[in-house]
Amino acid sequence: MLFPLLAAGLLAIVRNGKLQGFIVRVSALLIASGSILLAVQTFGGRLSIRVESEWLSYGMLALDIAMSVLIVVFAIRRRKPMAAILTLIQTPLLIWFELSNGHGIVIAADMAIDRLAILMALIIGVVGSLICVYTIPYMKEYHHHHPEFKDRTPFFLAMLFVFLSAMFGIVFSNNLVWMYFFWEVTTLCSFLLIGYTQKKEAVDNAFRALVMNLAGGVGFAAAVVYVGMNLHTMELSALIEMGLKGTIVIVPAVLLAFAGLVKAAQMPFSSWLLGAMVAPTPSSALLHSSTMVKAGVFLIIRLAPILSGNIAGLMVAMVGGITFLLASLAAISQTDAKKLLAWSTVANLGLIVACGGIGTYEAVWAGILLIIFHAVSKSLLFLSVGTVEHNIGSRDIEDMHGMVTKLPEMAVMLTIGIAAMFLAPFGMLISKWAALRAFIDSDNVLIVMALVFGSAATLFYWTKWLGKIVAVLGRSARLENHIKKDEWVSLGFHAAIAVGLCFLFPVISNRVIEPYLEGFYGTQIQSVLSAGNTNLVLMMLGMVLLMPIAMYVYVHLQDEKILTAYMSGVNQGDNRGFTDSFGKPKDMYLANWYMDKYLNEKTLSMIGIAASATTLAVVLMMALGGAL
Amino acid sequence: MKTWMIVSAYILFAPLLGGLLAGIDRKITARMQGRFGPPVLQPFYDVLKLFEKESVAVNHVQNFYILFFLIGVIFTGCLFFSGGDLLMVIFALTLANIFLILGAYSANSPYSSIGALRELMLMMAYEPMVFLVAIGFYMVTGSFGISNLVQSNKMLLPYLPGIFAGFLYILTIKMRKSPFDLSMSHHAHQEIVKGITTEFSGSTLALIEIAHWYENLFLMGFIFLFFTWTSPWGPVVGVLACLVVYFLEILIDNSFARAKWQYVLSSSWAVAATLGFANVVILQLLQK
Repeated sequence: MLFPLLAAGLLAIVRNGKLQGFIVRVSALLIASGSILLAVQTFGGRLSIRVESEWLSYGMLALDIAMSVLIVVFAIRRRKPMAAILTLIQTPLLIWFELSNGHGIVIAADMAIDRLAILMALIIGVVGSLICVYTIPYMKEYHHHHPEFKDRTPFFLAMLFVFLSAMFGIVFSNNLVWMYFFWEVTTLCSFLLIGYTQKKEAVDNAFRALVMNLAGGVGFAAAVVYVGMNLHTMELSALIEMGLKGTIVIVPAVLLAFAGLVKAAQMPFSSWLLGAMVAPTPSSALLHSSTMVKAGVFLIIRLAPILSGNIAGLMVAMVGGITFLLASLAAISQTDAKKLLAWSTVANLGLIVACGGIGTYEAVWAGILLIIFHAVSKSLLFLSVGTVEHNIGSRDIEDMHGMVTKLPEMAVMLTIGIAAMFLAPFGMLISKWAALRAFIDSDNVLIVMALVFGSAATLFYWTKWLGKIVAVLGRSARLENHIKKDEWVSLGFHAAIAVGLCFLFPVISNRVIEPYLEGFYGTQIQSVLSAGNTNLVLMMLGMVLLMPIAMYVYVHLQDEKILTAYMSGVNQGDNRGFTDSFGKPKDMYLANWYMDKYLNEKTLSMIGIAASATTLAVVLMMALGGAL
Repeated sequence: MKTWMIVSAYILFAPLLGGLLAGIDRKITARMQGRFGPPVLQPFYDVLKLFEKESVAVNHVQNFYILFFLIGVIFTGCLFFSGGDLLMVIFALTLANIFLILGAYSANSPYSSIGALRELMLMMAYEPMVFLVAIGFYMVTGSFGISNLVQSNKMLLPYLPGIFAGFLYILTIKMRKSPFDLSMSHHAHQEIVKGITTEFSGSTLALIEIAHWYENLFLMGFIFLFFTWTSPWGPVVGVLACLVVYFLEILIDNSFARAKWQYVLSSSWAVAATLGFANVVILQLLQK
């Protein structure tokens, strides 16, 4: 956990390009292997760590203050008062609490490493490190393409590692004050990463992210204070246990869930994640897949046992459902690949959040699997789009037409990523299937409907992108590709993990997720996915994986006659042009279908914000009103 | 053992039965239009002739996708008739259909691309309702397993009238019947070239036709599930209902001109969101 911090420190100092690359590679390798080692060692057990040290908590407090001061300075410099106000609410609140009440509370475990934490650590450690490796060549090219921005690569790399470190902190913390500290670190890091280019747009979006996440942080701080003053504990595990035993913990549940919803970019707050795209691609990949937003859903999944069946859970589930439906519809009208990916992240997080809000055994099972599968395939997609952008000079989906002829390697990567996001034998769909059953079983008809319609939209936007990629452009030259070795390593590992996970998921489910859930829900007689269906899925998976080989053989055995495509008999010799009505040659251009007249992004966002904000406001008022 | 027999029977006889249905379909259609119509076995003659044609294509991969489309459809049908999980059936069908769409996309021709997009839009239109069918079955019987649904001790239709009506609505899309045959039509008068199949010819086109026969058969299977129950009369009623529904589809096919895509999409979603949703809500209230 501390190691990435060390790497960050080193990277901030080192300016030499080669040495920089070396440090990143070595530390990425160490972090990844470290998290795997941790998983193997502590597997199955629950490790609690208690740190009895006054100076550590004072140190954290001091850092809290330092961060707060930093934010105020930024806010004053850029004249954004909101950020300063929010940070000035939460930090003094927490200081006051720590100094007055915090000391009296006995804490049994500051850190707790259970199966869920290990899973998260694996995601952060492996996917996060792969993204860092990818960053080295990417940033070089990025500054080559954008000479107008100041090269601050060391800072960027350092921030990535600080981010990883803070994420480890969040997943391992059991002490809420600790978690809050790491929570704020990720907020600040994401702010700095989004604003990397220091363009006006970047700064504006960075501040939007900061303000929203600070608002979530206020919720977190309020929850910490409430839990400490009324329930006399500081531990997340204790809070959940109390909730399961019947103590009313609705207020902290609502407040923490609120913080989680903001981090997970759910509907009224989704704009910060969409705005975060102005940053260089690796940071988007990191924010969208393994860190930041995953911190939000992680907290909600952690809270799931005390959300199940109460008003806090209903709030979370409704917001998640609304977000899933509207974000999926909004994704249809996107031509910018990164923007489409961003909307799809928002939608998928909505689904995970809804699973957490429902909070039954099946739902949480589905939610955890969704987190795993989504992290890998989304990261793969973001990095692929980044590489494609550097190679063809655009990240517009329309420009990816005929990728399979132009850049076959990248076409394969994108295809794996897209297929893993929505197609039958891959993990996302299995989890969606379990989620659907969980929603029906828990009688949440509205969320079932959201899932059903949202899935149909999901199918539409992914398939039409896939269609663009697989279109074969006759006699088009293959583009020279400039993909660097580090990029290859990262992309290759991603793809391998995405496919491998599909085979491993029964093991992950049996050995990790089910035991974790049994701790809260008691033993289940029947596992969520029956053995017969698991076999079927593996069969289908085998079929799909055989496809590339079969395709190769098939294509080489074919002897069919190749003709030009039908263009009402006015082709210009090949499939790229036709003769127009004036008798002049004209290039053919096949556009995709975006329905932007009907599925306008702005209108959909407005509806979503209105609906989810109302839900949130009503529940917050009910919960807090009841408490006061 | 029994499962294997059903599966092999499906693989062998489904195209025969599907082709025969298609032949009867064409005969009835012709009579409705005041023509004499082709012989009942005409679809088989057509397909056999297609197999004898020289194989031509725009590129080498497009026909490959169609092969996988056919395999996918057969796999879906086997899953269905071996009593598998209904949701799994829907997912497998989606996967198969995506291969068809990718095949049309890969040809990179204007007409087949339009066909592919339209097919995709149609999929988006019918998908929610198909899921609601599975959800409705699950809510009544507590299982997604088709083998359990067939052995239900009561007819399921009375519990699922809204969902059944909604399914009938989108069945017109799935069976490629007018007014919803936007991506590829059997009627020459309302087709832009030949939609999604524009660039497929010869044996590949024959495979698409055969896949369509396989598909029609398990679509009828869905109808069967609504009507059957454990008494010996159950299957009889089920099969009769399938025939009636098939006839109804032919009637619809011949009574309407092709609709615009906006109408298809919005009306299918509206049907799912009203009839389907209302049915689900009522089921939920009944169970309490």
